Amino acid sequence: MTDLTKLKIAEARDLLKKGDISARELTEAHISAVEAADALNAYVAKTPEMALEMADKADAMIKAGGQKGMTGIPVGIKDLFATKGVHTQACSHILDGFKPEYESTVSQKLWDDGAVMLGKLNMDEFAMGSSNETSYYGPVKNPWRAKGSNNDFVPGGSSGGSVASVAGYCAMGATASDTGGSIRQPAAFTGTFGIKPTYGRCSRYGMVAFASSLDQAGTITRDVRDGAIMLESISGFDAKDSTSVDIPVPNFEAALTGDIRGMKIGIPQEYHLAGMPAEIEALWHQGIEWMKAAGAEVVDINLPHTKYALPTYYIVAPAEASSNLARYDGVRYGLREMVEGGGLVDMYEATRAAGFGDEVKRRIMIGTYVLSAGYYDAYYLKAQKVRKLISDDFKRAFEKVDAILTPTAPSAAFAFGEKSDDPIAMYLNDVFTVPASLAGIPGSSVPAGLDANGLPLGLQILGKAWDEETVLKVSGVIEEAAGFTAKPEEWWR
Amino acid sequence: MGKYIVQGATGDFEIVLGLEVHAQVISNAKLFSGAATEFGAEPNAQVSLVDAAMPGMLPTINAECIRQAVRTGLALGAQINKFSVFDRKNYFYADLPQGYQISQFKHPIVGEGTVTLDLADGSTKEVGIERIHLEQDAGKSMHDQHPQYTYVDLNRSGVALMEIVSKPDMRSPEEAGAYLTKLRTILRYIGSCDGNMEQGSMRADVNVSVRRPGEPFGTRCEIKNVNSIRFVRQAIEYEAQRQVDIIEAGGKVDQETRLFDPNKGETRSMRSKEEAHDYRYFPDPDLLPVEFDDAFIEAARASLPELPDHKKARFVEELGLPDYNASVLVAEKESCDYFEDLIAALAKKVGKDVKDVAAKASNWVTGDLFGALNKAGKSVTESPVSASQGADLLALIEDGTISGRIAKDVFEIMFETGKDADVIVEEKGLKQVSDTGEIEKIIDAVIAANPGQLEQYRAGKDKLIGFFVGQVMKETGGKANPGLVNQLLKPKLDG
Repeated sequence: MTDLTKLKIAEARDLLKKGDISARELTEAHISAVEAADALNAYVAKTPEMALEMADKADAMIKAGGQKGMTGIPVGIKDLFATKGVHTQACSHILDGFKPEYESTVSQKLWDDGAVMLGKLNMDEFAMGSSNETSYYGPVKNPWRAKGSNNDFVPGGSSGGSVASVAGYCAMGATASDTGGSIRQPAAFTGTFGIKPTYGRCSRYGMVAFASSLDQAGTITRDVRDGAIMLESISGFDAKDSTSVDIPVPNFEAALTGDIRGMKIGIPQEYHLAGMPAEIEALWHQGIEWMKAAGAEVVDINLPHTKYALPTYYIVAPAEASSNLARYDGVRYGLREMVEGGGLVDMYEATRAAGFGDEVKRRIMIGTYVLSAGYYDAYYLKAQKVRKLISDDFKRAFEKVDAILTPTAPSAAFAFGEKSDDPIAMYLNDVFTVPASLAGIPGSSVPAGLDANGLPLGLQILGKAWDEETVLKVSGVIEEAAGFTAKPEEWWR
Repeated sequence: MGKYIVQGATGDFEIVLGLEVHAQVISNAKLFSGAATEFGAEPNAQVSLVDAAMPGMLPTINAECIRQAVRTGLALGAQINKFSVFDRKNYFYADLPQGYQISQFKHPIVGEGTVTLDLADGSTKEVGIERIHLEQDAGKSMHDQHPQYTYVDLNRSGVALMEIVSKPDMRSPEEAGAYLTKLRTILRYIGSCDGNMEQGSMRADVNVSVRRPGEPFGTRCEIKNVNSIRFVRQAIEYEAQRQVDIIEAGGKVDQETRLFDPNKGETRSMRSKEEAHDYRYFPDPDLLPVEFDDAFIEAARASLPELPDHKKARFVEELGLPDYNASVLVAEKESCDYFEDLIAALAKKVGKDVKDVAAKASNWVTGDLFGALNKAGKSVTESPVSASQGADLLALIEDGTISGRIAKDVFEIMFETGKDADVIVEEKGLKQVSDTGEIEKIIDAVIAANPGQLEQYRAGKDKLIGFFVGQVMKETGGKANPGLVNQLLKPKLDG
């Protein structure tokens, strides 16, 4: 019998429809795969009983003729999405034992469509990190290893558990979230397809907040079609999120026509970084050639404020985070550290000192600083103005082009510890993904090749606001052209 | 009115006052969550996941609170801002679950307006409104429930407040009191706040500074959360004297936040300027700016009732009410409603125009009725005598069935028993005697019985007519029609 965990979502959907497999079988196979993949440390909570219950419901749905794209599909949920009665801690110590009484809109939409939850996925603490090394539950290992080596690599971050579970065949798809690149960068590091839709496309209700004006849910899947199917399931207006936008969700899968003839693809000149590995440049060039071969017109464009994107991001995101994370105070839920004979402030200090990791503390301090009296105008207000300019850069570019093609990250996956002592080096990983986050536009990362060590590399496609269809369409063409068939060796099984 | 002056040893000081009033918005639910807002519920019974700041919970604006703030702004003749922004005011406290309060900082929903104060001497004074913004209330820390721990009640957490900020236009405790009274009256009229200071649905932060007349503003102290008009006046008196004493002793007033202790009648320091929080305000990224159009404003305007200043002018000018009566009536919307119901019923009953019965009726409402209500500790809505019953009583005077004197007795019984006036008049046989023959007989008897007085009267002491009227009334148990008695008595006395 074939290994059901190797199926793509679209393939499983067809087999389920035909009755060749049941959701229960598919789920059982995945529960075993999850059990066998502890070495990846992708899951921080497993929910096999729940999964089987949900699988039976899915089978009933299919039987009743109510199958949808995600019905019966076993998925993992990033730990920052609230799941009723199930571990929801954004992989922070400070949320110890927290099980919400509510369900995030994104996960609820999946369950409404009949998807199956395998468990909660590891991530950088509060999504702050680019390597999954800041998780309280320890780092996730990248399923990919360099050719002929047994050394472990980071999976990228913050959605490290999401990409490792999908690349490591212990989920068919995973929810993820992107604040500055947390979907696209780890997708590139693991040979998976990640898409972050337009800010406001998916509800943030029930997502543990990092930076509210940037956080956006998205998906990790093994190919573009699966991404289209899963993204459609989680998208849509939600009155419970004031920033979610009430516009119809298109049939994303239908956008995958493979036809980009006559389309204009922009190549931002500012993304040619000095000192970027030649392999990355070469891959980008290859991508450009694929676009041309598919009949698209490739146009050089300028995004002049690109170089300010990272500094802007590292003001705006920490500022919002410093406020968003103020609620973790030991009063109502999660960790509480009491000091013998101490008062309220002592409890705050002890709880937050013990509950937050270094990176989270660093960002709270940066954010508190940039919002302080006397610094607000120079930092936060200035950053908001620059953010507008970055957004305008994209608007102007999209008057000329339909999509933008760039590398996803300036390198392939790196080794553990390589950048964790150097926050700036770590932040530089997000240099290509952050601008789109600031502008709120949709973006994807498509696996496009391997580096000299045999580690995956990704190309990033950016589109106009609300035009995920073009992003998916172009992603599909890259995927087709790249013929990316490499697979990690399954050392963890 | 006379200027309020604090007399120091070295000269006179003037006080400068500005008030920030927190008024709880009357609405079905909290500002950003669906939870209920009723007063007096069990602790933590009215708390939504949003109010408790659970991870991933998001605020969504309650449109009714926006509408109420706009109505309030319109009632104060204020600038309505069609674009306003909610900001986060960041600070830590156990009863502030989010770690920030959602408020409005740079772009409030309402701008400048005016309140006209009615002062005790009958004069008026305009006090400027600087702005009104919407914000969330915090929860309540309860320090008296456990020897070591503080308990937190989040029922109030997230309840919508309007912060109504005045300009520093007031100069005496009386003016501050009159400002609060008038503001409360207006809020109650339009139903945007119940103005109940005892339950905390209206609270005032009082900014006090002193200066020698003609000098620029002095350093101010803010007295937080004063919860009655009487306390506001007391706090100001105490604080102004404290500041004068400091200045006269050669010291400097420190800018600080103070608390008023009603038991001791004094203010004490809560935190200095140096200890003041840096609130790190920034626009709340979870909420979009609040924007609405002229139609929304006009609909809010159309929903406003007649406001007290307008009502008072109408009462005086159109209905001919004495100024004082009009002021007393408009102070509470319920009083006005009672009065207007009463005169409408009365006019209909006696077939006259309201303006011909209004002035007399206002004397009765503000005198007899309010006197009795006051004595009984009841509000006008709790009056045992309804507006229509009051109208019936006044109609009996108007048509001569009973005298004004008898009416007072009838009212007393009505107030005690709730019975209708005509029933009481019937039962007790209080109908006025208007039978000329009968009254003449009594007059003759009275004159015959008092020859001495008659002689004096005829000798020129014509004031003695009052004695004779009194005797006649006494004989008839007060039921004789006084007009008729006067009319018949004089020719007989004059001989």
